[in-house]
Amino acid sequence: MKAVFLGATKGMGRALARLMAERGDRLFLLGRNADDLKTAGRDLEIRGAPQPVETAYCDLLDAASFAPALDAAFRAMDGVDTVVVTAGLFAKQEEMENDAELANRVLSADFTGTVLFCEEARKRLLAVYGLSNKSVSENTGATAGLSSSVFPGNITRTAGQAGSGAPFPSPTLCVFSSVAGDRGRKPVVLYGAAKAGLSQYLEGLDHKYRSAGLRTVCVKPGFVATGMTAGLKPPPFAGEPEAVARRVLKAIDRGRPVVYAPAAWRWVMCAIRKLPRCVMRKIEF
Amino acid sequence: MTLKPYHARLSGWGRCPVVDGLLLKSENLAAGGETASLARGLGRSYGDSSLPADADRPVLDTTLADRLLSFDPASGTLRAEAGASLFMLNRVFLRRGWFVPVSPGTQFVTLGGMVASDVHGKNHHVDGCFGEHVTSLKLRTGDGRIVECSDRCEPELFRATIGGMGLTGHVLEVEFPMRKIPSPWIWSESERIENLDRMVSGLKEAARDWPMTVGWVDCLARGEKLGRGILMKGRWATPNQAPGKPPVVKRRLRVPFQLPGVALCKPNMKAFNLAYYWKHFQKLRRGIVHPDSFFYPLDALDDWNLIYGRRGFTQYQCVLPHADDNGPSRRFLERFISGGGQAFLCVIKDCGAEGKGMLSFPRPGISIAMDFPVRPAKTPALVHRLNELVIAEGGRIYLTKDAFTRAKHFRAMEPRIDRFNQVRRRWDPKSRIRSAQSVRLLGDDA
Repeated sequence: MKAVFLGATKGMGRALARLMAERGDRLFLLGRNADDLKTAGRDLEIRGAPQPVETAYCDLLDAASFAPALDAAFRAMDGVDTVVVTAGLFAKQEEMENDAELANRVLSADFTGTVLFCEEARKRLLAVYGLSNKSVSENTGATAGLSSSVFPGNITRTAGQAGSGAPFPSPTLCVFSSVAGDRGRKPVVLYGAAKAGLSQYLEGLDHKYRSAGLRTVCVKPGFVATGMTAGLKPPPFAGEPEAVARRVLKAIDRGRPVVYAPAAWRWVMCAIRKLPRCVMRKIEF
Repeated sequence: MTLKPYHARLSGWGRCPVVDGLLLKSENLAAGGETASLARGLGRSYGDSSLPADADRPVLDTTLADRLLSFDPASGTLRAEAGASLFMLNRVFLRRGWFVPVSPGTQFVTLGGMVASDVHGKNHHVDGCFGEHVTSLKLRTGDGRIVECSDRCEPELFRATIGGMGLTGHVLEVEFPMRKIPSPWIWSESERIENLDRMVSGLKEAARDWPMTVGWVDCLARGEKLGRGILMKGRWATPNQAPGKPPVVKRRLRVPFQLPGVALCKPNMKAFNLAYYWKHFQKLRRGIVHPDSFFYPLDALDDWNLIYGRRGFTQYQCVLPHADDNGPSRRFLERFISGGGQAFLCVIKDCGAEGKGMLSFPRPGISIAMDFPVRPAKTPALVHRLNELVIAEGGRIYLTKDAFTRAKHFRAMEPRIDRFNQVRRRWDPKSRIRSAQSVRLLGDDA
């Protein structure tokens, strides 16, 4: 497998990248901080990722960085079959209510930035395998030119039917949304709104492009103990990044469109979605 | 965003004492260490070694800083951040034929903690402590400097940091050689032993032929059976002895909640110890065992400290110098029993030479470690009585396990304190780095 990571320097992304490194997948890291990326790359090489694990600058709040970063990754690894987005911002509801600038950053990164990044990734993932893809033919200049110049015909192959055991894995876009997007809730009004939009986008993407061979995996982590959630009171069913990563990797391998992690959150959110408004107004969850 | 300290209830593995403190979790130890009074890893020290002296300055939680920084497959030299855990190192390196030179009895420890406690293992009589193998350390000292130290560069600071309980500075990075092993499996031999004399002489004899030895003692046996137990010996299996496949990471069970205090009442403890002793019904057993079962038998049960209930437990570990007879160990066990001690677990091991760590625990002699539930009315008095015996025998205690020792007792068994504190003052004139334990034992201001 050849995977590009946005957000592998910390938390769940780090844990997932490590699992893939341990089984020998080729990796390319995107992120904001060059030093962190370099250290993370070395770490993954020691754990078994084929050398070199290269890196490039990419920031969810800087849409101009998306295309060059992805191009660098596709070029360096001679094509990519999996793009994983674990990056995102989080802030507490009260903080964002009192700080419009912070709210803007969180909303922009978690929705606009992530969706635009996924759009760039989608075009390239479909183009690499020469899949029937309307968006690519419509696309002007950069991507279309790139797909012919950088990726010669010998990579062109039909994917989509590639199941487990197939020599060439299907192109997969794995994006970390959140259970916060499943229902409007008091502690995550703004963050949840951005993640709801993201989940909706990923579902639409899955409906539209799965038949063309692109598999979309929308990960909905519940509470996971990482640096992002340090200091928050862990609810029941809190998870560890390593366990979440194992579950997500299985979902990527199988191309499952939606995965809750830890698994119990699927049933928790199922119940939450069914609660009537009069109850949701009363509880603080 | 990660640099915000938050309130937490903190305790060591013994869950006694428990204090309110501030915790700071950061991927970047050098930055996070600026305000922190102490660094803390997975919290496997038993007493108050990893607890803050003051509630308003944060403790730096290192577990997010667990990156491997460099590894040389030719020499085995590994450099990693201080929060890297032994569990993770084993998962990455064991199947490739590498193992740490010294491993303690749990794999849920960080490299920073292994240096701070200068941990020892079943191979102490051959290989010494972990600190003997560390080639270089990167520290953030109390005065804010980032220092690389080793035997050649700032050797005083290096030697004080090994076994220095994290008091000389926050350990940021650790460098040491991994050891090439012939296979990832253990060839082990275990023997049922009837009494203390045979146990001690058995350990000494086994030390000649075996690189790894340890004894488990049934502490509730009395009289002639005093000190009976099981002597375990092991070495890495050769490739033709070992199964062809690498050992899988074992599934672990979890203690789901804090058990009531009566869970470890005397009859239950007795039943457990009796069962463990007689489970080994053959006199001698040998064969291939999983490395986790050999090195980390207790790790099979997550959160096992919860079985001791609300009041927690403590471990008393001391090393008693060798004598012509087995008098010291016998006197120690007798005093423990006459003081009303009831140990759930007891482990015995002969120690090799003293290491380079300035406050490092092991010295030549017999080390005895016993776990027992804390009873606030009785336990401190028992510990004081045991300390008096250890002082009289010329031994010392292990800071990593201690929660109750008095400063004057510690001073009597540790003439090395003054030198250690001198080095600390040089790198930390305002004593910014301290712990609840250093205030209790090393004379730091409260």
